[in-house]
Amino acid sequence: MNRSVLSILLPVAVLLVVYFLWDGAVLLSNTDIFPRPYQVFLGIGELIQRGVLLKYVVASLFRVSIGFTLAVLIGVPFGLLLGWFRPAFLAFNPLIQILRPISPIAWIPIAILWFHVDDRAPIFLIFLSSLFPITVTSIAAVQNIQPVYVRAAQNFGLTRLDLFRRVIFPACLPQIITSLRISLGIAWLVVVAAEMIAVNSGLGYLIIDARNAGKRYDLVVAGMLMIGLIGLILDLLIRRLERFEEVKWGYFGGR
Amino acid sequence: MGLLRREVGKTVKEPIISVRDLGISFPGKQRAEPTHVLRSVNLEVRQGEFVCLVGPSGCGKTTLLNIITGFIRQSKGEVLVQGTPVTGPDPKRIFVFQDNGVFPWLTVEQNIGFGLSRRPRNERREIVHHYVQMVGLTGFERAYPRELSGGMRQRVEIARALAPNPEIIYMDEPFGALDFITRMKMRTDLTRIWQEEKKTILFVTHDIEESVQLADRVVVISQRPGTIRKQIEIELPRPRDLDSPEYLQVRDEIFETMGMSLKVGAG
Repeated sequence: MNRSVLSILLPVAVLLVVYFLWDGAVLLSNTDIFPRPYQVFLGIGELIQRGVLLKYVVASLFRVSIGFTLAVLIGVPFGLLLGWFRPAFLAFNPLIQILRPISPIAWIPIAILWFHVDDRAPIFLIFLSSLFPITVTSIAAVQNIQPVYVRAAQNFGLTRLDLFRRVIFPACLPQIITSLRISLGIAWLVVVAAEMIAVNSGLGYLIIDARNAGKRYDLVVAGMLMIGLIGLILDLLIRRLERFEEVKWGYFGGR
Repeated sequence: MGLLRREVGKTVKEPIISVRDLGISFPGKQRAEPTHVLRSVNLEVRQGEFVCLVGPSGCGKTTLLNIITGFIRQSKGEVLVQGTPVTGPDPKRIFVFQDNGVFPWLTVEQNIGFGLSRRPRNERREIVHHYVQMVGLTGFERAYPRELSGGMRQRVEIARALAPNPEIIYMDEPFGALDFITRMKMRTDLTRIWQEEKKTILFVTHDIEESVQLADRVVVISQRPGTIRKQIEIELPRPRDLDSPEYLQVRDEIFETMGMSLKVGAG
């Protein structure tokens, strides 16, 4: 059998096995709280009918895109600058290293204090969660740039601005894209947590609300499934950035 | 001496590069003695000359080339290019790197045109086209470096260096990473290009054969602290016959200067 057929058949087989194991376990345990798989699919249908699924997906995606975009717009230039100017790095790095290990979740009380139960709270948390990985990777990308590229650029008499625009930025781009991919994944994790506490809409809210208002675990699992599927789609989309000719050299066995 | 030269006028050419009493030391770690890498180097290169610097690895020949280019500052002495002290790299003097400095995010033609960004677009296109042909990369204009072989990438870098029409080209073991056959071909091509373009070339190598095949003059540098041990004018006509007794004689002279045996396996 050829590989492309296998790459579809094998995952499908695994999914089927998981499906029946899940179903069998629920039946055997005689639970009336935990849903059977088909009930989850019915739950998704119900959410669509009630018109909340699309609304919540859009709400979550909106928060992630705003928070993530802000983090990219600030983190990439800030990181490149810190990577290039040693004094700026020395000045800011300790602060970054202290803030970085603080989970975005730990910021939830402060986010609510500042922004109340409002879209701005989860946006702020997503911004924080993406900002640090992007900044730190951008710093490292500049610091590890092949010296030969910088020397060649200086040799051709580039101005500082051109050096940045024509050499440093493109040289760092593959690593920056990798950091975007990682931090978008983190942002998607964080939005769910933030929505459970700080707002009244979104997929995170859907899950916590389904549990609190009537122990609807079929809807809980339906929400989880949607989070997984959309996370997968986001990752597939952002991976497309790695296919541009200008950055391919950074991924497939060097130059 | 300067006065005398001026009186003689154009019959005696001013050197395009002159290195005077040059030295460089690097501070030692902790309280160790500083490392003296180069010591009292004196060198003159004439306009249009092809000069090879050869020496054992670690003798400081790459450091010397980096100082002459202006990437590194010397501890002592001075470097004059066209009479002016070197204070930094300059687009009139382009460096070709040992570990391929071609930009992987640009295509072949974008790389070759890299130093031409201030020229009008038409002119730029013509120049790029000219050098693509000269280095034999026609058909690969839109390719990215990762799609090319090592030899082709090195050609891109040479074309990129030539395109802005510099007066001098510095080359630091540019063929060091290539296989034997590609290296031989690149030498032939470089000689042809040098004859067409009439650039001054200062070429660092540890390969004695390479230096004798290419250069008008071979400068032999001693073990560290590096200093010039001998300069040998090579007056063999080009294309050079690698079997001629004259070629072998010069080659052996350099081997001897470097204190190396010509017999492999002799204990």
